Amino acid sequence: MAVLETRALMKHFGRIRAVDGIDITSGDGELLAILGPSGSGKSTLMRMVAGLEEPSSGDILVDGRSIVGIPPKHRNVAMVFQSFALYPHMNVRENIRFPLVARKVPEQEQREKVDWVTGILEIGDLLDRRPTRLSGGQMQRVALARALVRDPELFVFDEPLSSLDAQIRSQARGELRELHDRTQITTLYVTHDQLEALGLADRVAVVHNGRVQQIGSPRELYENPGNLFVAGFIGDPPMNLLNLGDTIVGARPEHLLLETDTSAEDVALNLDIEIEHLEFLGAEWLIYGAVSGGIPESERRQRVIGRLRQAEPPPMRAGEHRQFVIKNANARYFDIATGERKSTPEVALA
Amino acid sequence: MNAPSTSTRQGAAVPEGLRGRIGDALERPGVLGTVMLAPAILYIVAFVAVPFCIAIALSFSNATVGDPTIDSFVGLENFRAVLQQEAFVTALRNSVIVTIATVVGIVVLATIAVELLARDFRGKRLVQVLFMMPWAMPVALSAITWLWLLDSQFSPIDWLLLKVGVLGPGGPLGPAQHMYYLGREWLGLGSVVFLDIWRTLPLATIIVLAGRLSIPRERLEQAQIDGASFMRILFRIIVPALAPVLIVAILFTALLVIGEMSSVALLTRGGPGHSGQILPYWAYLKGIESGDLAQGAAISLFLFPVLAAAAIVALRFASRLHRD
Amino acid sequence: MNRQARKTSFYAAVVLLVLFSFLPIIYAVITIFKKESELFTPGSNPFIYEQGATLEHLTYLFTNTQFPTFLWNSVVIGLFVVAITVLLAVPAAYALARLTGRWGESSGMAIFLVYLIPPTLLFIPLFRVVVWLNLANSIWALVVVLPTITVPFCTWLLLGFFRSVPRELDEAALLDGCSRFAAFRKVVLPQALPGIGACIVFAFSLSLSNYIYSVTFVSESASRNLSAGVPTELIRGDVYFWPSLMAATAIVAIPLGIAYGLLFDYLVRGFQSAESG
Repeated sequence: MAVLETRALMKHFGRIRAVDGIDITSGDGELLAILGPSGSGKSTLMRMVAGLEEPSSGDILVDGRSIVGIPPKHRNVAMVFQSFALYPHMNVRENIRFPLVARKVPEQEQREKVDWVTGILEIGDLLDRRPTRLSGGQMQRVALARALVRDPELFVFDEPLSSLDAQIRSQARGELRELHDRTQITTLYVTHDQLEALGLADRVAVVHNGRVQQIGSPRELYENPGNLFVAGFIGDPPMNLLNLGDTIVGARPEHLLLETDTSAEDVALNLDIEIEHLEFLGAEWLIYGAVSGGIPESERRQRVIGRLRQAEPPPMRAGEHRQFVIKNANARYFDIATGERKSTPEVALA
Repeated sequence: MNAPSTSTRQGAAVPEGLRGRIGDALERPGVLGTVMLAPAILYIVAFVAVPFCIAIALSFSNATVGDPTIDSFVGLENFRAVLQQEAFVTALRNSVIVTIATVVGIVVLATIAVELLARDFRGKRLVQVLFMMPWAMPVALSAITWLWLLDSQFSPIDWLLLKVGVLGPGGPLGPAQHMYYLGREWLGLGSVVFLDIWRTLPLATIIVLAGRLSIPRERLEQAQIDGASFMRILFRIIVPALAPVLIVAILFTALLVIGEMSSVALLTRGGPGHSGQILPYWAYLKGIESGDLAQGAAISLFLFPVLAAAAIVALRFASRLHRD
Repeated sequence: MNRQARKTSFYAAVVLLVLFSFLPIIYAVITIFKKESELFTPGSNPFIYEQGATLEHLTYLFTNTQFPTFLWNSVVIGLFVVAITVLLAVPAAYALARLTGRWGESSGMAIFLVYLIPPTLLFIPLFRVVVWLNLANSIWALVVVLPTITVPFCTWLLLGFFRSVPRELDEAALLDGCSRFAAFRKVVLPQALPGIGACIVFAFSLSLSNYIYSVTFVSESASRNLSAGVPTELIRGDVYFWPSLMAATAIVAIPLGIAYGLLFDYLVRGFQSAESG
């Protein structure tokens, strides 16, 4: 259990500001996701917490004590790498024992810990194998075991699911969450996959251009994005963003409702959409269209995506026009100049 | 569920004292890097850089074996004396010819050898063993082997040529019964080149083969599917991909060959007269056997700018290829 | 070209290549056992034993010359040079690959600049250094000097090797509690063992091979190695003891050739890693 805090953390590489002032405080035992595209600074942030990079300025504290300047081996941080970084010349058991051997833990205790960790991650039958003979999922478990065996204060995960095949990713995600609930270790989970972040984390910090754009629970981020970047980054398909002159209106695909299904009050925007094509995804349909009415003439032909959570095909065909509405409760407004969220709509309709 | 009682939970603990401070200093990559690099650098400085400076100083002095102190500065006297000698032009010319010929020969043969050894075939092990032998011999011994093979009286090559009718009365290379490989100017140089190629080929082949095996299979298969002939694949795909590696091999080989004097020393002794002389051997003769250390150093120094220019060109070329 | 013809020409080329390398050695071996009388009769067939074979030259080599001493000296010098080379080159290569930032990484080719200084330039002042260290005329002169030839090359080779080990392994070891040096020793070094093996082979062969330093720094017979000793012992003025000379050559070449040949794929792999850097 530990509380991780960063204060005004900065990292420059020459003129490039990889991390440009980050203040985060984690909860005790929380799984905090650091979500951002490549180049956002999330990897640099993670490496500074692990001790692999020194900050240019700012501070990092664990339970109130600064750890800046302390080499990785003296920090109680364990890391799981994207490529797992298992030692190829050692078998699984030796890999897991390695952190204990390096820290000169007595033999008896080593054995206990290895047994404990092997039990939790169910890798008992892999102990004598070499890493080259493990599947992706197995390697991940061994990497987790090696990190866990030290009983660290802080876990750092570097995109741990990205090397796995798509099919096992959901299952692996679930197992990671279970592991976290069991061990209650404060975890920093770095990823570019917003689905992973939303599904796994207690809270998500969205990072872009070296700064935190917004931090909050997955639901908060999804329902109340604080700026355009967060709005467009979270959600798949992303939030529809309609340019209306000096304001941008955002609405999630599932919030594009057929006019025929909705009552007239509470409507923020009434759009005439020309359907371009429909996509069947098993549990839902995606509707791709272009706006041909309901907003100023100059802004038409913007593209939107709607989502219908049903298996039966929606009552429309490509080429047809339909009226879709966005309710007030679901509309989000953003200032065009700053990208920040606005609360009052001054929307020009046509 | 909690872990068993633990001695690893230390928090951010830092050891105290001098030992701790040294340990922490060594944690910093710059410090540890310097410490690990230092022995090699010190050694090279002591045994290469310092002697190099002494050699330069020697070339500006009048040191001899009898009086080896560097006490007087004679300016460019030694260099002038060297340039005025007829042997210099010959030696320089020969050094250049021998190097270029050797390098060309090695590149051509290595490329062929690499194409053969890049494939699997029966008996490859045996071929590898036999192929490596020329390089497994110390240089002096391989020179002696060829000395015997090219002997003016008992060369088996001559014997074969005679039997076949190429030598001897009526033969195209006759009417003499022997070729005197080592006693004639151009044949002598050719023998030196041949020896250098013969013994350096295995090393050059290994260097180039490593590069050749790194060419992704798909690239070659694609060319085959596209219908390219073997020659076209060789010249359009393999050689360009090998270019940086070839440059390493060439550079290394050239540096080895230029500096190596044992082939000439043992095969032709620079003869006949001075016609087969090369710079390093001439430097040795002047410096040690004639006793004029200063001139010997001056002669060797003439090699240096040539080598430096060639190396810089090669390095520039190689790094440009690397960037692509 | 049809399949069969291509196969035949392939094997023909292989045979030619082998003959190119090996014929001289075969001839050398044949010479070893030739009787003196037959050897120096002009016009006799150099390839067959018309007068029968003899072991006298081989015996002469081992009993009447200092060949065994030279052999021993070469081996001892070789082993020491290998040890020094490894001790200097391995840490230096790791430092350049990991610890010295960007300029260290691109120093690969620059290492070759050391070879720009030819031995014929260095041997005069180096001799002074050797004398000053009181090592002249002993095998230690060569042990101290030959690494100048082996260390740069081996450093280059190992640099490529260390570069091909993923950085994440170092970092995982650091996080697992190793000091930087322990991370090097326990995690990175074991990955580089093939490269170190290749280094050992090259360093040994380069040290065995050297002529100029061997001849100029050691004049005392008992301390000479093969390169310097064999020519001087077995060439007295104009008299060449050819069969014994050939025996000396073959005794060194054949075992080493077998060793290098069997290690061939391994050596190539060593270079592959070096060149990918």
